[in-house]
Amino acid sequence: MTDRTLPTRTPVFEKRLKQRYASERRFKALGLGAIVFSMLVLLFLLGTMTINGIGGFQRAELEVPIDFTEVGISGDAIQMEQGAAIQSLGAQGLQTVVEFYAAAALGEEAAAQLDANAWREVAREIIADESILRGTTTFELPASSDLAAGYAGEGSPEMRQLAGELSERGVLAKNFDPGFLTRADATNPQQVGIWGALKGSILTMLVTLALAFPIGVLAALYLEEYAPRNRWTDVIEVSINNLAAVPSIIFGLLGLAVFLWIFPNLRSAPLIGGMTLALMTMPVIVIAGRNAIKAVPPSIRDGALAIGASPVQLVFHHVLPLALPGILTGTIIGMARALGETAPLLMIGMRAFIATPPEGFTSPATVLPVQIFLWSDEVNRGFIERTSAAIIVLLLFLLLMNGLAIYLRNKFEKSW
Amino acid sequence: MTVIHDNLEATEAKMSARDVNVYYGDKQAIDSVSIDIPQKYVTAFIGPSGCGKSTFLRSLNRMNDTIASARVEGTIELDGEDIYKSGMDVVQLRARVGMVFQKPNPFPKSIYDNIAYGPKIHGFAEDKDDLDAVVERSLVRAGLWNEVKDRLADSGTALSGGQQQRLCIARAIAVDPEVILMDEPCSALDPIATAKIEELIDDLAGRYAIVIVTHSMQQAARVSQRTAFFHLGKVVEYGRTSDIFTNPLEERTKDYITGRYG
Amino acid sequence: MSPAILFLLALGLALAGWLAARARAWSFRRADPGVRMAARPTYHAWYVALWIALPMLLFGVVWTILAPNLVNQAVLASPAAADLPAFGFQRDTILSEARNVASGASSAVFNPEAQALVEPFREAMTRYAWIGIAVSLVLAFLGGAWSFLRLKPDFRARTRVERTVMTILLLASLVAILTTIGIVVSLVFETIRFFGMVNPLDFLFGLHWGPDPMSSPDNPDPTRYGAVPLFWGTIFIGAIIAMIVAIPLGLMSAIYLTQYAAPSMRRWVKPALEILAGVPTVVYGYFAALTIAPSIRDIAQFFGASNPSSESALAAGLVMGVMIIPFVSSMADDSIAAVPSAMRDGSLAMGATKSETIRKVLVPAALPGIVAGVMLAVSRAIGETMIVVMAASTAANLSANPLEAMTTVTVQIVAMLTGEGSFDHPATLSAFALGFVLFMVTLALNFIALRVVKRFREAYD
Repeated sequence: MTDRTLPTRTPVFEKRLKQRYASERRFKALGLGAIVFSMLVLLFLLGTMTINGIGGFQRAELEVPIDFTEVGISGDAIQMEQGAAIQSLGAQGLQTVVEFYAAAALGEEAAAQLDANAWREVAREIIADESILRGTTTFELPASSDLAAGYAGEGSPEMRQLAGELSERGVLAKNFDPGFLTRADATNPQQVGIWGALKGSILTMLVTLALAFPIGVLAALYLEEYAPRNRWTDVIEVSINNLAAVPSIIFGLLGLAVFLWIFPNLRSAPLIGGMTLALMTMPVIVIAGRNAIKAVPPSIRDGALAIGASPVQLVFHHVLPLALPGILTGTIIGMARALGETAPLLMIGMRAFIATPPEGFTSPATVLPVQIFLWSDEVNRGFIERTSAAIIVLLLFLLLMNGLAIYLRNKFEKSW
Repeated sequence: MTVIHDNLEATEAKMSARDVNVYYGDKQAIDSVSIDIPQKYVTAFIGPSGCGKSTFLRSLNRMNDTIASARVEGTIELDGEDIYKSGMDVVQLRARVGMVFQKPNPFPKSIYDNIAYGPKIHGFAEDKDDLDAVVERSLVRAGLWNEVKDRLADSGTALSGGQQQRLCIARAIAVDPEVILMDEPCSALDPIATAKIEELIDDLAGRYAIVIVTHSMQQAARVSQRTAFFHLGKVVEYGRTSDIFTNPLEERTKDYITGRYG
Repeated sequence: MSPAILFLLALGLALAGWLAARARAWSFRRADPGVRMAARPTYHAWYVALWIALPMLLFGVVWTILAPNLVNQAVLASPAAADLPAFGFQRDTILSEARNVASGASSAVFNPEAQALVEPFREAMTRYAWIGIAVSLVLAFLGGAWSFLRLKPDFRARTRVERTVMTILLLASLVAILTTIGIVVSLVFETIRFFGMVNPLDFLFGLHWGPDPMSSPDNPDPTRYGAVPLFWGTIFIGAIIAMIVAIPLGLMSAIYLTQYAAPSMRRWVKPALEILAGVPTVVYGYFAALTIAPSIRDIAQFFGASNPSSESALAAGLVMGVMIIPFVSSMADDSIAAVPSAMRDGSLAMGATKSETIRKVLVPAALPGIVAGVMLAVSRAIGETMIVVMAASTAANLSANPLEAMTTVTVQIVAMLTGEGSFDHPATLSAFALGFVLFMVTLALNFIALRVVKRFREAYD
């Protein structure tokens, strides 16, 4: 055979090879760059929220020492229920007392910048500890939102100057504010808290779980174990897969049209919100459940049947226990999604201003994501910090739930 | 120790292996293999399943590099150059040493594009006329031209099993390699398609050095001039095909050929 | 009478029945030790328990829905209600105030007229509460007695119980169909009402959107209900801008993870990308409104753009794109991984580089799956609400400039339904019509995408 010039030895080939490797490196860098960019955006988002939110867990407070021995306030009514006790203390002039001591300690101008509801916090402390009435205590009381803005460097020049002076004197500072987690919604950022929304979220999640979990698991069991392969079961399957992909706002429309038509006076109640979210979460649980049940090996089923277990016994005594970890993981993930949902709950009316935490499943309530949404319209710096802080709380809950799901998945990941 | 027949005529070794060991993680798959792949001959690797024939084949074009746990020791040379040395370019190597797989794997493209793929990426042919010529030449050499010349735009996966394998061979030929490695190319095909491929191998033998792994001794006897018998990762015996099959020197070779095991 | 008490009552009575039935079944055994019972005593117990609990629970659900209406009827029939306005917001307020006081939820009324109704409410509530308990108890007794009398040694209790269990399972599965039907019916119903007021053609093809919920509901101005700017805004933000971000980033991430990344890197990067999908959309919306939108406006102004909006389509689209990345990358990852490795090996064996193999063989082979992933991502993006509500605007603008404010279908649904309008106003009903269109489009996208994936998987099996 004739010798031919081997095409791979030519300089043209070598040059082209270099280009191809350069192109390879660029391509690989693009891929890595895409991942890095996505991660950076995520970190940027989390970082912005955290930086803004740290301030949200704090509050600008003024130091006001009050000597109760000089004042004639009696603690008789303290044993009553909190609302009545506060009222009684107010009737005895607690507010004036606080303002008087504030003026004495801080000056008239600063005392005027004490939050209007600051005296109630004094009242609550008295109710918690009656001995306060027998001595002198220094209280850290919330400043007005104007002064707080001034402290943060915004707002009118007078406020900023006043805030500067007071903080130099050491009587105005930003302190950790645990009340953020125990107070409910309010109109000014100094008094605002997320407990109302948090309780609403918890109640709503309970309803969602109570409805979606049993229905989802039972449906998954039926579809995987008992359903005959016919047209009807195909329709059910297609329905479930479709529902899992329907935009959440449509469920809100459904809730509005159906649930509120049945229960018209339960607008914005956790019961309705929970029912709406349950419809949205159920397909997720069904799909996760089916996958978990499918993963149980046939050998276990065969073994059970061979002993003479009935189909129902087979499923409830043998298959379900083994599929349970997978089902739980899917449920937790579905519930985490439901926790972060806003649009459907807006539709059913959970967008009102709820100043007191909900009493039960049928009281008006709101949920944490909706609360964040409602606060997001405020441009006040204080509210921005509070909103970001609320976001941090929400993200922490989600982190917990997803972490739990991953932990469960890893712990119970059995290879058959 | 490999028993090499001593009546082999001196031929140019296109590729040669010396003391090659291949490991997958801790498991050793190939043990001290030293053989030559001669120019312009067909060399057959035979042996029972799992004895390492395919593993060794894949180390000849460094396809073992794609497996993370694989490790190759020893020297494998192509035209005197160690293909595992650090400066060796894998892309270039694989353009010179082509491979045909056990299960035909045409790309989900047209027949034309399947063949044109290699020449295009390596820059051997770029404008339409050159590509047309390469495609036609490759298909002719693979014996497929007459069957597909009117439907080059059809998908490669629409052909029958035997045609697909010939397409894969044509694809390998299109980049004008120096060596063609074939890993049990007919095991997924029916007897008629197999016969066609064996005919093809005969035609190709003059142009390329061919190494064929086969579990069919009859096939090895029909198409190859040299045969290496692999057993448990070692080459037990290597020599002229006719000698190996009629006059094996090793007991194990004789047992395998006479069907006593494997 | 709270539903919780009914529920607990049902449980308690069922438990009693369970114990009684089990005792009876044991007594069969004791009476005749050799008898072969058709089922274990626990199944007899469950049989009776189910026959007590299920009717009570069913009645409980029906009653919880019916009772408030019956109470309302009773109160409206009473003489104190004669002065009430005939219908409307005013009347509803008075009624609910009276109801709240009667049930103890609040302590005083604002409306003096409501005070007079408190007594009738209390009366009616108590009356119907007792009726509810009475009927429940009767049902429990009937159910328990009937089932108890059927207990015999050869009674196939287990089969019956199991059949009931199976029926319950089947009903659970039907909830999914019911929900879908519910969605379709409620949307269609209101949409038809809407199309009775506004011509569908005006709606689907009209170019101007600006409903006025305060206007008279009788003669809606058809030129105000043109939804094209909404459709355009939705597509521009969700299918164009968001996809320009999500497709390259998602696809390249998937390629890197499947082809180049070490397994250890893949193990933590993949979940990290999923985090992007797990962040609640309200957080994304806030981020977009707080940080991204002002920055875009400032940058645009710096480069001389005239009057860029602080609610630009670009801001919403960019953030939405980032949220969608995991949807694209996950599907692309699965699709590329599903391409048989023989194809990859075939290309590498010919001397192609990794990137050439990916670009010319793997991605084309995985293309149906990747396209399906993009369709699912688009479907998710156009159904997204919070990001656009918070970062985009309510201005129905028909423009191709991403720096301008635009609105989407979902924003308008929220806007139309959280306003002041009454439920019969075409502005309110238009939200349902929009919802219907959205539902149909996302359904179609999902359906096509899943079909493509199924056919694609079959091709490789």
